[in-house]
Amino acid sequence: MHHEVNVPVSKTISDEFTPDILVKVDEVIERFKSKQGALIPVLEEVQTITGYLPESLQRRVAFGLNLPLSQVYGVVTFYSFFTMVPRGKHQIKVCLGTACHVRGGQQIENELEEKLHICPGECTNDRKFSLEIVRCLGACGVAPVMVIGNDIHKQANPTKIGTILKKYN
Amino acid sequence: MITLTIDNQKVQVPKGTTILEAAKKVGINIPTLCAMPEIHHTPGACRVCVVEIDRGRALVASCVYPVAEGMKVNTINERVRKAQKAIVEFLLSDHPRDCNLCQKSGRCELQKVAERIGVREIRVPCTDFTERSIDDSSPSLIRDSSKCINCLRCVTACSDIQGVHLLTPSDRGFESRVVPAMGKDLMDSACTFCGQCAVVCPTGAIIEKDEVDKVLKALEDPTKHVVVQEAPAIRGTLGEELGLPVGTLVTGKMIAALRKLGFDKVFDTNFTADLTIIEEGHELLHRAKTGGKLPMITSCSPGWIKFIEHFYPQLLPNLSTCKSPQQMFGALAKTYYASLAGIDPKSIFVVSIMPCTAKKFEASRPEMNSSGYQDVDVVLTTRELGRLIRLAGIDFANLEPEDFDAPMGQYTGAATIFGATGGVMEAALRTVYAVVAKKNLPSLDITPVRGLDGVKEASVVVGELGEVRVAVAHGLSNARKVLDKIVDGTANYHFIEIMCCPGGCVGGGGQPCPPSDEKRKLRAQALYTDDANVQKLRQSHENPAITDLYKNFLKEPLGEKSHHLLHTHYVNRGL
Ligand code: SF4
Ligand code: SF4
Ligand code: SF4
Ligand code: FES
Repeated sequence: MHHEVNVPVSKTISDEFTPDILVKVDEVIERFKSKQGALIPVLEEVQTITGYLPESLQRRVAFGLNLPLSQVYGVVTFYSFFTMVPRGKHQIKVCLGTACHVRGGQQIENELEEKLHICPGECTNDRKFSLEIVRCLGACGVAPVMVIGNDIHKQANPTKIGTILKKYN
Repeated sequence: MITLTIDNQKVQVPKGTTILEAAKKVGINIPTLCAMPEIHHTPGACRVCVVEIDRGRALVASCVYPVAEGMKVNTINERVRKAQKAIVEFLLSDHPRDCNLCQKSGRCELQKVAERIGVREIRVPCTDFTERSIDDSSPSLIRDSSKCINCLRCVTACSDIQGVHLLTPSDRGFESRVVPAMGKDLMDSACTFCGQCAVVCPTGAIIEKDEVDKVLKALEDPTKHVVVQEAPAIRGTLGEELGLPVGTLVTGKMIAALRKLGFDKVFDTNFTADLTIIEEGHELLHRAKTGGKLPMITSCSPGWIKFIEHFYPQLLPNLSTCKSPQQMFGALAKTYYASLAGIDPKSIFVVSIMPCTAKKFEASRPEMNSSGYQDVDVVLTTRELGRLIRLAGIDFANLEPEDFDAPMGQYTGAATIFGATGGVMEAALRTVYAVVAKKNLPSLDITPVRGLDGVKEASVVVGELGEVRVAVAHGLSNARKVLDKIVDGTANYHFIEIMCCPGGCVGGGGQPCPPSDEKRKLRAQALYTDDANVQKLRQSHENPAITDLYKNFLKEPLGEKSHHLLHTHYVNRGL
């Protein structure tokens, strides 16, 4: 029962991205336009260019590929690779798996929220840090664990968070 | 043909049949929660339909598993029962389980399946993981994700039947939910409020916004003069909602029940359905004679209106400017009727009984106040009226039939068939023909526009106007087919009827659920029976109450009063 959707969404102009970035985005869409299963590769390439996939870009992709916006949104939220918010230069992951939870992971998260003024899933205004909660990184022996970029901080201590953050520019 | 045994009964079915379908043939109904053949939906998601094949081998989902030669199926042994129980217990472990407080209680498929397979305890920890996030942003529907079992029926209805493609599964695992695009509220989305998602939802996760209490309050308020109108389709479905056989025509009992409930006047939307035909018929003739925009498209279905406002705004000039019969009724109740009865329009309270959730939105549109007040105060769906009648303890089945009040209760058979797809077209052609050719159509039954084909076409030679080519579509994805033809210039129609819901209003989002084509046919049959066998008059222009209305109040079709009270304008809503 599937049929063509006529223009599912309007192509909104976005002020979050510069015109030359949007030209690149449109090039990607153009390249995949008539191909089957274009959605995921297009989103991957677009995110590589823009860093994240806010509503304006999802609309642009939906419009360009003549797909319903709901379908684009469904895919973006399904794969953890895609993000709708910018990721910081340094991505912070706090583990709240059972071991980390028991050994104070929650205080680490609270402290980070306090210091950075963001909630999990958000990014600081200066785009320096973003915060994510993960469930078990497989390092339960050294819980609680926090990861910043590629650095693993073992047995993290909430009182030291400020000092640790200062090391990242 | 393939021969297999199901619970020791031999059955022969064509290749490709599923075990579920084969079992039905031998009288066994395997429980299901996600499969809905009616909308070609078998995602194999819920697993409640498990059966055992070839003893000891795998448990399979019978709704998707095809039969095989010599297969031995067991639908009820201990292993199957255990699995079914575990599955339903898991569903319930992440579910509010507050059936006593739930609008769907008594009609909920999850509740019924749990009862049927005898779930008496939940042996896994109740996580209640899914947050209670209630979207009651719209005047029509309420979505409660915590009651969602991810069957995805609503997603299929919204995309395949309605071509709206608004709903989608989002996220993964425990977090997975069904949401409108971008996770927005319905009110901020391109939702038509058609309610087709609600009629297929097995649980209370999508329900109509219940306004029964508002009506009770108005009925108890001595300062209010409460009048009620019922859409054409209600007389063919209210009985069903209250336990009578599908397709029972209950006009007289419905009126009696409404009187018992205390409505001051029991009028009928059919009255303004006849009026719509007069106004819309003249609008069509006017457009045809003056080179106006053609094809003209009907405008009585508010879900369809919201759809075109979002998705085909370039075709808004093709839309008839006629308000829907519901809104014409509201505007006249607080002007024409108010002055006839000598009642201050301020104290008139208009309740409509509609097959439709989108009607609630329509009544709330800011421009629908041409009487100087909100023209229609409250809209109840068929299901809500059913609840109101049950609440009042009225023994519906044994009511003596009664008759409508004058003057806004009189109607013709042409009005009744508005409730079935093609009915507005048929009613309009009867009158347009009579007006132009100055005689009746040779046969008043225009059968090519009846029935459940997605897009129907017909042509009628109408006197000096020549050949009038018409099309009828129901369900918005069928509507898209016709609209796309207009857009690309390949349509050659003069007049098009579009109804938002499959089958027309008999399949509306406020009707008894779950729906099926079989039910839609029986319901429509009730309306055609009223037209053919019950009503003496079958053409809108023959309605004497409409003649009086023009003589004493409106003066002429498309006149100044009509323009002000009966016609409207539309908004380009974007996407
Ligand atoms: S949705 Fe069904 S099972 Fe859930 S609370 Fe409502 S009636 Fe009960
Ligand atoms: S009301 Fe209609 S348009 Fe809106 S979500 Fe439900 S099915 Fe889709
Ligand atoms: S909202 Fe209802 S129809 Fe939609 S997936 Fe959930 S339970 Fe199924
Ligand atoms: S009914 Fe078969 S998996 Fe849901």
